[in-house]
Amino acid sequence: MTNTLDNTATEPGRGMRFTGWAANYVDERTSASTAVKTLGRKIFPDHWSFMLGEVALYSFVVLLISGTFLTFFYDPSMTEVEYDGSYLPLKGIEMSVAYHTALDISFDVRGGLLMRQVHHWSALLFVAAIGLHMLRVFFTGAFRKPRELNWIVGFLLFVLAMALGFTGYSLPDDLLSGNGLRIIDGMIKAFPVVGVWMSYLFFGDEFPGVDVIQRLYVLHIMLLPAILIATLAIHMVLLIVNKHTQFAGPGRTNDNVVGSPVLPVFAAKAGGFFFLVFGVIMLIASLFTINPIWNYGPYDPSPVSAGTQPDWYIGFADGALRLIPPGWEFVAFGYTWPMNILVPTVVLIVLLVSVALYPFFEAWVTGDKREHHIADRPRNAPTRTGIGAAGVTFYAVLWAAASSDLIATHFGLSIEGVITTLQVLFFVSPVAAYIITKRTCLALQRKDREIALHGYESGRIVRLPGGEYIEVHEQLSDYERWKLLDYTEYQPLTVRPNNQGKITVGTRLRASMSRWFFEDRVEPIGAKELEDSRH
Amino acid sequence: MSKPSRHTGRRHPLMGVLLLVVGLFATGGAYAATSAGIAHAETTPLAAEALVNEGEKLFMANCASCHGMSGEGSEAGPSVIGVGALSVDFQVGTGRMPMAASGPQAAVKPVQFTQPQTDAMAAWVASLAPGPGLPDPQYYDAEGDVANGAELFRVNCAMCHNVAGAGGALTEGKYAPHLRDLQPIHVYAAMVTGPQNMPVFNDMNLSPEEKNDVISYLNYMDENPSVGGFSLGSLGPVSEGLFIWLIGLGGLIAVAIWLTARSN
Amino acid sequence: MAQRPPSSDLVTSEMPEENDPGTAVVTSNSVSNPGLEPEHQRVTDLDPREEKKAERRIALFFTLSIVGSLIAAVAYVVFPIIPGDMRSVRLNNMFVGLGLAVGLLGVGIGAVNWAKSLMHGHELVEERHPTRGDEETRKTAVEMFSQANKESGFTRRSLVRNTLVGALIATPIPAVVLFRDLAPAKDPIALMKQTMWAEGVRLAKDPSGVPIKASEVTIGSAFHVVPEGLMELEKHRLEEKAKAAVLLMRLPVDELNESAERASWSYQGIVAYSKICTHVGCPVALYEQQTHHLLCPCHQSEFDVANECEVIFGPAARPLPQLPITIDAEGYLVAQSDFTEPVGPSFWEREL
Repeated sequence: MTNTLDNTATEPGRGMRFTGWAANYVDERTSASTAVKTLGRKIFPDHWSFMLGEVALYSFVVLLISGTFLTFFYDPSMTEVEYDGSYLPLKGIEMSVAYHTALDISFDVRGGLLMRQVHHWSALLFVAAIGLHMLRVFFTGAFRKPRELNWIVGFLLFVLAMALGFTGYSLPDDLLSGNGLRIIDGMIKAFPVVGVWMSYLFFGDEFPGVDVIQRLYVLHIMLLPAILIATLAIHMVLLIVNKHTQFAGPGRTNDNVVGSPVLPVFAAKAGGFFFLVFGVIMLIASLFTINPIWNYGPYDPSPVSAGTQPDWYIGFADGALRLIPPGWEFVAFGYTWPMNILVPTVVLIVLLVSVALYPFFEAWVTGDKREHHIADRPRNAPTRTGIGAAGVTFYAVLWAAASSDLIATHFGLSIEGVITTLQVLFFVSPVAAYIITKRTCLALQRKDREIALHGYESGRIVRLPGGEYIEVHEQLSDYERWKLLDYTEYQPLTVRPNNQGKITVGTRLRASMSRWFFEDRVEPIGAKELEDSRH
Repeated sequence: MSKPSRHTGRRHPLMGVLLLVVGLFATGGAYAATSAGIAHAETTPLAAEALVNEGEKLFMANCASCHGMSGEGSEAGPSVIGVGALSVDFQVGTGRMPMAASGPQAAVKPVQFTQPQTDAMAAWVASLAPGPGLPDPQYYDAEGDVANGAELFRVNCAMCHNVAGAGGALTEGKYAPHLRDLQPIHVYAAMVTGPQNMPVFNDMNLSPEEKNDVISYLNYMDENPSVGGFSLGSLGPVSEGLFIWLIGLGGLIAVAIWLTARSN
Repeated sequence: MAQRPPSSDLVTSEMPEENDPGTAVVTSNSVSNPGLEPEHQRVTDLDPREEKKAERRIALFFTLSIVGSLIAAVAYVVFPIIPGDMRSVRLNNMFVGLGLAVGLLGVGIGAVNWAKSLMHGHELVEERHPTRGDEETRKTAVEMFSQANKESGFTRRSLVRNTLVGALIATPIPAVVLFRDLAPAKDPIALMKQTMWAEGVRLAKDPSGVPIKASEVTIGSAFHVVPEGLMELEKHRLEEKAKAAVLLMRLPVDELNESAERASWSYQGIVAYSKICTHVGCPVALYEQQTHHLLCPCHQSEFDVANECEVIFGPAARPLPQLPITIDAEGYLVAQSDFTEPVGPSFWEREL
């Protein structure tokens, strides 16, 4: 049997011969060459905003690596022990084994504090990158067919990442995260009918119990990562099957992908980017303290620190709780309904569900069933971009509310003033953001149109023989102009009766949504208009 | 090779410097010897009365407009009768008093009086009625039990001042200030006198030894660096979140833009 | 193709559904794609000297990386942790970390540099195919399913199918009960309604457990209180503390507005309130002695101690429960009874 991979014309060196032999060995047992053929020269388009998902992916790998190190030293038991480590202000203090081992990692294991910091900074970056990546996908319309399902998969990843973060930062059983668990317990207890039972079973006794940290540990190192990795695999497979979207540009159509092949360019850039992400996290972790658990002390239901906030990605939930005015509770037939907890919970669920279902809403409004592989410039979808801006603003108001006391002390305001202002902004600012953003998009589209037709102002002033001064406009090249021209225009739906001759409520609703979306629009320039402008 | 002789018949060139130094020591020493008497004025009855009188003069000139000509208080400021020498030492010694404007929060400002002047005003206020006096220095030497102090701090102080003493918000625009680099006597004084809205921690609540333990903990925090690197203000997840978005993600976006840019 | 009329509910039969553009405007009047731009030459493509320089630069980064990684390994040993010396911990963290950072960044910068300046810089084109399988494949898939259906009789044999579905639904039912023993066999609702406080239980300081005399509580004081005996509990100490933590304050009697029923609950201006916030359970510990406000630092609920801790700001819905207190024969503060309502956050069965 000849080695079919021996292919060099000159006599191959020892290294090459070994590689050839190894490749053949593997291929004969795994059909690896099929994989190489399918994936090896796959094209990936090159835009910096497409790398946000990579930041998330690589920070997850960093989490796995640093997390594994931590598991070799951490013990989640809530058994009470006396501290006998080397941090003086906690000597002799009663604490759980979990807190004790977290302190040992920080003070008595070389590189332990570094790994803890790498892990926690990486977690913050992971969720931030997912969030920004989701926003990129949203604003470029990359959730449209055929990627609606991948949007849902990605949304699940977002929720899983937040859950992993929450379970993770609760593991040291310190005062800050313990008060966070106390708050979660209070929220669970507020649930009608089953609240107290859910809390009792989750904590394994009255709060705080002696089981919860171990249970969170199982979730954090086994169950949630396993589900996340499986979900991530689906996410990647769908990405490969659908191929990545690309921005409009010369030579780029809805039926091709233009960019660099996996081998060697994209692999080098992506692989290099992994090292860069890891390196940046490592740099931050060497120089900046994060979560100094030794300052907080062990969890105890009596003390609390000024400035008690959860990690940033839970901030929007904490902020929602802070914005409720006093007294929102009623008793009906003897049963207590704590609306001050239930209302924010419902608002948050509605927010998340709206995010998850948006692709289907937009598909229903446009009725467009074609595949979309060209990423929109946000300005070319003004209503969608406006909705996105409103959503971001809404989230930001909730997020800001979580640091209301720090805003007050840092800007010399009262906490009451800050919260009241945010309560007003909760309603007003998303609307304002929508209006401003949509109008800005339409204005930018008009500007693009002007430039495409008449060129851009070059700054050169020319005096004509007749005495006039004009500013010379430079025409764009065909390549540059194409980027401004290539977008889809949608019209509002015309209401027509269905087969039974009726106009259904659904159609009316769809028509009014469609009008809202597409009534104000800027038409793309047609070939004829371009011709005319040249004369 | 012999060194050329420097003797020219004149004085040694360094003589001038030596004379200057001697002169400085002489005048400084003389000043110290005489002024030392003022600092320990309470040792003699005559000096004590002089201190109280000086304090009264200072009080009339700087404090009476808000606190009343006999310290009885007015619309603009509370009575100081019974607040004790310790309160004066704290309020004036940290620059809180004289207050810039009436209000619910006296902010720390540059100290306006020397220690002898503060002592004088403290003596006058103490003469109005019995109140907390300066404690025995052994109770604020910061050599107490740091671990006990840390635990007491977490239970009694952290909810307003933050676990790391970074400060925190109170209601209606007031705040609990940060506790970095404070003089131990002022920490003790604050606990005893309960300035403005801070509760009073009398000796039955926190004994003098326990107060010293708290001071020892704060001293430990001042002397030991933040272990993981820059502390970002010890404000917790808020500053950490801001940092990761601006520097972490921002930095990586800059890297991504470089990575996808066309090479020249 | 002429401009398509605006779409409607009627999907025309000649348009396959997957290509229905909905309300999109599809016109033949659009400008045509100018095609790929001409190739862009980099200095490293044009000048072999630049190419060599780039190679050396990339190799330099990789070498720096090696140095960084070695520094990290050496720093681990050269900057040991001296127990109790915080500076040594900080130095170890910083130098091992910076070494690792240089090690990682060196590889990253080198690899990206290699890709950008030396690897083939031209863009390549790959064709997309419709995501759906082609007609042949889809037909085969459908055939496979219908063949499987024929062979098994799945749609035909309704009894077999329905009982299978029933069995699959029933299998996870035991899981519902299997988790009951996650918590002990007690009644959690009853537990929520009782604390360690009872008639005669002395108020003690947290964390020392020393009981408090009324004479020790002066005006403006704030004592953090637990029931006497709690700090000595071997088991369930934190669980009891999470319900029994109390804040003890003394106000001037004339500033205290007490209702008639509660006039006997305080002692000479000394009042005791539950420290567990009625919002979601954080300790309400910030006491302002002049304004008599109690502030919870978690979500900024504010309670007015002078008015039975009614809520004056923030998301709490109910005032803090008051602990009725008095003094015993020796002058120590004692509780008159347990709280008269459940402490902490509200829950469904609270009023029952």
